Amino acid sequence: MPALLRVNPTRMELTRIKRRLVTARRGHKLLKDKRDEMVRQFILLIRENDRLRREVEKELTLALGNFAMARAVTEPELLEEALLCPARSIRVDMGIRSVLSVRVPTLRMNETGQETTLSYGLAETSAQLDGAIESLAELLPKLIHLAEVEKTCDLLADEIERTRRRVNALEYVMIPQFIETIRFITMKLDENERGSLTRLMKVKDMIEQRAGNG
Amino acid sequence: MAEITMGAVGERDAVLCFKAVGMTVIPTTTAEETTRALFTLSRQGVRVIFITENAAKQAPEAMERYRGDPQMAIIPIPGSTGAGGYAMARVRANVEKAIGADILFSNTDRQKEG
Repeated sequence: MPALLRVNPTRMELTRIKRRLVTARRGHKLLKDKRDEMVRQFILLIRENDRLRREVEKELTLALGNFAMARAVTEPELLEEALLCPARSIRVDMGIRSVLSVRVPTLRMNETGQETTLSYGLAETSAQLDGAIESLAELLPKLIHLAEVEKTCDLLADEIERTRRRVNALEYVMIPQFIETIRFITMKLDENERGSLTRLMKVKDMIEQRAGNG
Repeated sequence: MAEITMGAVGERDAVLCFKAVGMTVIPTTTAEETTRALFTLSRQGVRVIFITENAAKQAPEAMERYRGDPQMAIIPIPGSTGAGGYAMARVRANVEKAIGADILFSNTDRQKEG
């Protein structure tokens, strides 16, 4: 049984709590709809996240394996020198969009110097390094998309949890509390009314009795 | 839309490769270095940071700190030794958090095992 609100059992309080109950019910319905739609969108996004992650992990492991091989066969100083000044500078445009009032990022790739990937001469470096860097460059759009989707999923998951807590608090705590308090105040007011009615009838009887005696 | 840069943090073997494609790279080995690298990159305005799984495991507080920020994405990637399952575990944790149980991927795993 939900706890009663600590209020005075008056008609004014009763009206106030009835109004709060209407607001709570409307809020509960809205939040429930919001939660359902967020879960629907989350499921679509998390499936895409899962697919992208599997692909990225597979391809990135290969690229990094090639890079490790290149490191093994190249002098460390030469490798550092080769990668010191990249041939391309990657730039990404970041915006914010709203998914059911959850602010999530959007990422769009905006590359400069896309024609060349390799920033070094081919004479002193190994072919594995070229392969690793080429495949990593090809993987970049997917990596950026993964970053966008995964971040959106993180933010949506947090918001869904928060909304679920709010819905449950309204459904199982606040609304039952209001209903119970309304019941309590109505009973108390009815009881007072019955009390005063009985008192009036008693007084009337006493006056009639006194009038009959007199 | 604002233009941002990207970065990579983690073991030298894995992140050096990202330098060739134009990212800001900070190689790290310890938890302290990783945390410091994440803060440094975020101060420099790097908004998307790829972090190797091993480094991410070392600095959970720093990862959690930026979780609620929509303008900062820290994404775990496999290190030079391959994927250890940390990133996939995060995806599953998100499903459990949002839906209450891992009902999406438990079926696919069972199908694969079968």
